[in-house]
Amino acid sequence: MNVGLFIPCYVNQFYPQAARATLELLRKMGVNVRYPTKQICCGQPMANSGFEHLAQDCNNTFIENFAAFDYIVGPSASCILHLKDHLHSDTQEAIATEIRGKVYELVEFLTDVLKIESLDAAFPHKVGLHHSCHGLRGLRLAQMSELNAPDFSKPQQLLAMVKGLEQVPLDRCDECCGFGGVFCVSEEAVSVKMGKDRVADHTRNGAEYITSSDLSCLMHLEGILHRKNSAVKVIHISEILNATL
Amino acid sequence: MSQPKTKDHAALAEAFIQDEERVDWHDGALWYIRAKRDIASKSIPEWEELREAASQIKSNVISNLHGYLLQFEANLKKNGITVHWADTPEEHNEIVYAILKAKEIDQMVKSKSMLTEECGLNEYLEARGIGVINSDLGEYIQQIDNEPPSHIVLPCIHKRKEEIGELFHEHLGTEKGLSDPTQLTRVARKHLRNVFMTRRAALTGVNFAVAETGEYVVCTNEGNADMGAHLSEVQIASMGLEKIIPQKKHLGIFLRLLARSATGQPITIYSSHYKKPREGQEMHLILVNAGRTRQLGRKDFQNSLKCIKCGACMNTCPVYRKSGGLSYHNTISGPIGAILAPNLDMKKHADLPFASTLCGSCSNVCPVKINIHDQLYKWRQEIVKEGHASSTKALGMKAMAWTLSSPEKLDKAGRAGRWFMHKVPFVVNNKLNPWYKQRDMPEGPKESFSEWYLKNEK
Repeated sequence: MNVGLFIPCYVNQFYPQAARATLELLRKMGVNVRYPTKQICCGQPMANSGFEHLAQDCNNTFIENFAAFDYIVGPSASCILHLKDHLHSDTQEAIATEIRGKVYELVEFLTDVLKIESLDAAFPHKVGLHHSCHGLRGLRLAQMSELNAPDFSKPQQLLAMVKGLEQVPLDRCDECCGFGGVFCVSEEAVSVKMGKDRVADHTRNGAEYITSSDLSCLMHLEGILHRKNSAVKVIHISEILNATL
Repeated sequence: MSQPKTKDHAALAEAFIQDEERVDWHDGALWYIRAKRDIASKSIPEWEELREAASQIKSNVISNLHGYLLQFEANLKKNGITVHWADTPEEHNEIVYAILKAKEIDQMVKSKSMLTEECGLNEYLEARGIGVINSDLGEYIQQIDNEPPSHIVLPCIHKRKEEIGELFHEHLGTEKGLSDPTQLTRVARKHLRNVFMTRRAALTGVNFAVAETGEYVVCTNEGNADMGAHLSEVQIASMGLEKIIPQKKHLGIFLRLLARSATGQPITIYSSHYKKPREGQEMHLILVNAGRTRQLGRKDFQNSLKCIKCGACMNTCPVYRKSGGLSYHNTISGPIGAILAPNLDMKKHADLPFASTLCGSCSNVCPVKINIHDQLYKWRQEIVKEGHASSTKALGMKAMAWTLSSPEKLDKAGRAGRWFMHKVPFVVNNKLNPWYKQRDMPEGPKESFSEWYLKNEK
């Protein structure tokens, strides 16, 4: 199985440790994974701002970089959802369609494709799980509280395999953090208020770390935690799943 | 009907958020209702089947609207109800005025009609010497404060009981400082009772109009629609074209969904059926278009006409809960309002589809399965295509697309960005950067992942 590692642009620039953890984790699972170095952004910032038509270069570059792989895996639910829903091409639509069917967010790749049942990981801390909305409702990584349907949670399933990790309960288990891409600056006041309330839910319930399968949400929450000089840290789920004592 | 642009959602929301204690309380009150809705919906094993059935019935209505409307009209006439058609809000208001004028009526009681709010009926009639009293308690409070409703089901949810006490003191003569809800309600009831006893005309909205029988149903918790209608000589109902359901048996599905979604109640206290005038009474029904057929013609957005106005999308929307309904500067606020409003005036409401994180909670809470967040995404594309994005934003997006268009440019920009953060943090960490106003920037690492990968893996 040849897996192409997709690292979103902001993860590449600001959170390289999460990208490395993703790479190492996949290798630990015996996956043949390669990082095409000419990759760029998925195009979501333009598309969610109403400028989908400006994302054509991003789409074509993505196709060039990743068409040859069996699977494409990335540590960001939001970017993956964007690719699944909106990757199109003026010239190679058949390939774009094929790619849309083989992009996976890291958590769903581990649970649904690799179907892993155990992990050699340890993280003896109290952790709050933040569901990114695009992961939760878009990729269906867990059951959302709105629906009347059986409960499940893929990230929780993985976190339960980590030794010493204690997951803290939250008062509002799947509320949006308010990042929302360009929303975080165009609606700054609402975005920050939402972020503050999310952070408060985690800290009130005793979390030492807030984790998620989306670094964009974590970047926003981290900015708020830092400003408050909080001791609570954010950590991408790949770093926890790859952590050893 | 393009109106001058007021402040946009972001600015109005920012003003609302200044009073953080109020926001927390507003957020908590609406979340409480969302939680009640969850319990009520999960108490019915067939909840998701009900949603699907309702969605399909409404799809059928949307696809065959013409036929159902004609069937409804024929049955209304058979039942002795006078039918009117209004293409625009102005036409609707003129029809109401003409009905009242013919009977020389100068006072009217009104209940449960967001449509007439949309049409600006109260102001229209008041300018012509006809007084209108909103009989729903929340709407009544909003009316005496000269403010539009901020929520379609909970019109004054943004007001505290102390503020309502103050309003009642000012307008209804209650003692200063009185804020006990029961006592305030008693005072309002006394005033409204007098209104009900003396008005000769009553107007209501319509929750469901049954094509098969020519009857309509109005749902209230206060019984105020009945109080008005039963005592009136002239009863008027105003409805949007989309309120049709094909058959009476479908009511069971919608009534079970509506109250649970709106407030977490199994059913509204009163589900009143109106079919024919009693002796000596006149009944009129006005079918209003006001942009609905235009929305019907927009394939990507026609699903929005399925809406049964339960307000669940507002209660669940974190943006709505933190920013308040009035920040949407439109009669219908919240997520559903943000997809209905651009159809009415795209320029004026160009900001509303952007007042969302696209979290998707609205679409999944919706009892008729409207793909609200997908439509918000689609409106964004449409609004930009139509040239309603600000020129700064358009330029910014072009610059962003240019930077993100090749690995070399992106790499350079990333390196420059991280260099700035380390060497000259004040360049990015200043007040002109809306990210930095209340949040810190991420600590830029020395090396990007690609730099590390090229060094170590190639």
